Amino acid sequence: MSQIKLTIDNKTVQVAQGTSIVDAAKQIGVNIPTLCHMKLEHVGYENKPGGCRICVVELEGRKNLAPACKTICTEGMQVSTHTLRVINARRTVMELILSDHPAECLTCVKSGKCDLQTRAQELGIREIPYQGEQSKYKEDKSPAIIRDMDKCIMCRRCEMMCKQVQTVGCLSAINRGFESVVAPAFEMDLEKSTCTYCGQCVAVCPTGALSEIDNTRKVIAALVNPNKTVIVQTAPAVRAALGEEFGLEPGTLVTGKMVSALKKIGFDKVFDTDFAADLTIMEEGTELLNRLQKHLAGDKNVKLPILTSCCPGWVNFFETNYPDMLDVPSTAKSPQQMFGAIAKTYLAEQMKLKREDLVVVSVMPCLAKKYESQRKEFQVNGNPDVDLSITTRELSQMIKGANLNFNELHNEEFDNPMGESTGAGVIFANTGGVIEAAVRTAYELHTQKTLEKVDFHELRGFEGIRSATVDFDGFPLKIGIAHGLGHARQLLNEVKAGTSTFHAIEIMACPGGCIGGAGQPYHHGDTNILKQRAAAIYREDAGKAIRKSHQNPFIIKLYDEFLGEPCGEKAHKLLHTHYFDKKPKVK
Amino acid sequence: MTKIKLADSKVTELKQVCAKFDNQKNELINILHGAQELFGYLPAEVQEIIAQQLSVDVAHVYGVVTFYSFFSMSPKGEHPISVCMGTACYVRGAEKVLDEFKRILNVKIGETTPDGKFSVSSLRCVGACGLAPVVTVGSKVYGRVTIEEVQQIINEYQ
Repeated sequence: MSQIKLTIDNKTVQVAQGTSIVDAAKQIGVNIPTLCHMKLEHVGYENKPGGCRICVVELEGRKNLAPACKTICTEGMQVSTHTLRVINARRTVMELILSDHPAECLTCVKSGKCDLQTRAQELGIREIPYQGEQSKYKEDKSPAIIRDMDKCIMCRRCEMMCKQVQTVGCLSAINRGFESVVAPAFEMDLEKSTCTYCGQCVAVCPTGALSEIDNTRKVIAALVNPNKTVIVQTAPAVRAALGEEFGLEPGTLVTGKMVSALKKIGFDKVFDTDFAADLTIMEEGTELLNRLQKHLAGDKNVKLPILTSCCPGWVNFFETNYPDMLDVPSTAKSPQQMFGAIAKTYLAEQMKLKREDLVVVSVMPCLAKKYESQRKEFQVNGNPDVDLSITTRELSQMIKGANLNFNELHNEEFDNPMGESTGAGVIFANTGGVIEAAVRTAYELHTQKTLEKVDFHELRGFEGIRSATVDFDGFPLKIGIAHGLGHARQLLNEVKAGTSTFHAIEIMACPGGCIGGAGQPYHHGDTNILKQRAAAIYREDAGKAIRKSHQNPFIIKLYDEFLGEPCGEKAHKLLHTHYFDKKPKVK
Repeated sequence: MTKIKLADSKVTELKQVCAKFDNQKNELINILHGAQELFGYLPAEVQEIIAQQLSVDVAHVYGVVTFYSFFSMSPKGEHPISVCMGTACYVRGAEKVLDEFKRILNVKIGETTPDGKFSVSSLRCVGACGLAPVVTVGSKVYGRVTIEEVQQIINEYQ
C-alpha cells in the first residue's frame, strides 16, 4: 500500500493511504480525544459517525475544523491538534453535550468509568453556560439491561455493536433532531424486542445510558438473612478480569484473591462454575459422540453439526432467528444452570437444606446470564436453580463496598466438592475453549486411548470464524468456531442451507468469548485487553494438575453416587433443557 | 400500541409494492412511499412486513419512518389539514393559524381527532407564496387565511 507523508503538530509522520488522522496521530504518541469514535481492533469494526465533534483538529488551508476520526490523511497535510481554536471548539462541543445530560454523576452507575465524564474532566469543564430543554425518555428495564436514554449522547456505538457486529439489529437511531434517540422498533421495551441480552451495547456505551440490572443489594439482603445459606459460583472468565477493577494489569489472574474476597464478604461456600463446565463437557461431549456414532452407523436423521449451548446470548439468538432449527444445538444446559440444578438437589440434600433455604449466587462475565437464571424452565415450584446472577463489575463493587483491600488479600482455595475443577473447565472462558475441552474428553471416550497432547492450538485464536480438523484416531472430526453473533449467523446460515461440513460448532455471543463478556470491566475500545485475558485463562489451564473434564474426581463421584450415566435419565432431567420459538410473528 | 389486522388482499398488494422495487434494501424510502399511498399511513404491521420482505431489521425501517416527517404512523383524518410553514407563510403568521387549528380541534401536529374527521400537519411551501399563509384541506387550497377564518374552514366540513 502506498505511503503518505504529513505533519501532525509539526512532527512528520508516514502512514498508509486511507489512515485517519486519529490513527496517524497515535503513531507519534498524540492521543486526540474522541467520544463517539470507537475502534475495536481485534473485532474488526470501527464506529465513527463523526457526530460528537470532540475530535476536531485544525488543518492548514481548510476553513472549518475537521473531525479527526473521519478525516483521511492526505499527502502534505498539516494538522494541528491543540491550537486554542481547537481547544475552544472542543470545550463548546462538550458544554453543549452536557447541557442536555443529567448531572447525576454522584449516583450514576458509570461514574469513574464514563467516557463522557473523563473527556469533560480533561477539558476542565466547570460550568455549563447553556441552558435549554432536557431530553426525557421512558426508562426501560429488561431482565438484564437498563436503558436510561436521558443519558444517551447519540454516539451510536451500541447501534454498531447490535447491528453490525452482532447482526441482532434490535437497536436503531430513531426520530430526528433533538428528539432523536437509539431505541428498538416502535420504541418497544427491550424485553419485547429481538434483543438477546448479549449486552455488547452496554460494553461499549460511553455513558450510563446502558447498564446492567444491579443485583448486589439483593445478594447482600440474602447474606444478612440468618435463615438462608448463601453459596456462590464464579465463572472462569471472572478471575482473568476482576483484577482490572483494582488497578492490576489486564491478564492478571486473581483466582485466590477472588475466593478470599467472597469468603470475607460472607458467602457460606465459595464454589467454581468450572466444576459445572466439566459437567457440561460430560453431557455435551456424550451427546456429540452419540450423534456422531449414529451418523457413522448411517442414520440420516441425526442432526450434525451439533452446536454448543452454554452461551445464553447465543441461545436467545437462535431461538429468535432460527426457530426451525431448535433441534440442532446440544440440549445441555449452560454451566451456570447445571451448577444451580446440582446445588439445589444433590448439594442441598448433602447440606440437609430445603431448596428454598439455599440461595445460589453466580458471578458471571455476562448480562444474558441474568435473564437465563430467570427462565421459567430453570425453576422448581417458582424457586430458581440460580437465584441471583451478578457481573464481574458488580462483584468488584461488592468488594469495594465491603472495604476489602483486594490487592492485599491472601490466596484462598475454593470449597469442596463443587469447587473442584480441571483445566478443561477453565478454558470455557475463551473462544474455542469449550470445543477444546470437549475434544479432550470426547477423544478419549471415543478412541479409548490416552490423549497425550491436550493443547489444541489450532482451535485457539481471535479470528471471528475458525475451523480445524482433529484426528480422532483415523476419523477426521471437523470443528467450526464462531464468536460474535454476526459470525455465528454466517455458520448458522450454512447449517440451514445444508452446506455446512462441520461435525461440531462452538458459538459464543461475545467477541473473544466470555472473557469479552458484557459484565466484564470496561475495555474502552482497547481490545488488546481481551487477548491478555485469554492468555491468562490458558495459563491457568496449563497450571492445573488435571486438564480433562472426565478425570475430575468429583465429577466421577457425582455420576457414581447421584447422576448415573452421562445423558442418562437423571442427568437428562437435571442437566438438559429444551428451546422455544421466540421469533416475532409477522404476516 | 394496539395491534391492527391488515386485510390479506392489502398484504398482497404491499408485497407487490416491495416486489416492484425487487425487495431492494436501498429502495426502502420509495417502498415506504408506496406503502403509505396504499394504507394512508404506516402502521407497525406494515413496517414489519416491509422489513421481512427486504430482509432488514424492523428497527431500521422504524428509524427511517420516524426520521422523515412525510411518513406517518397514525391514520390521516377524513379531511387532512395541512398548514404551510414555508418562509413566506411563516412570516405572514402561519404558526398562529396552525396553533388555532390545534386549539380548536384539540390535537397536536400529526394527530387525528378521535372521530377520525380531521388530522393536522404542517408542510413546507406549496408554491403559492402570493397567497401566504396557505392552508390545504384535502386537495382544496385556502389562501391568506386569518385566525378568525379557521373556525369557518372547519365548519365547512362538519
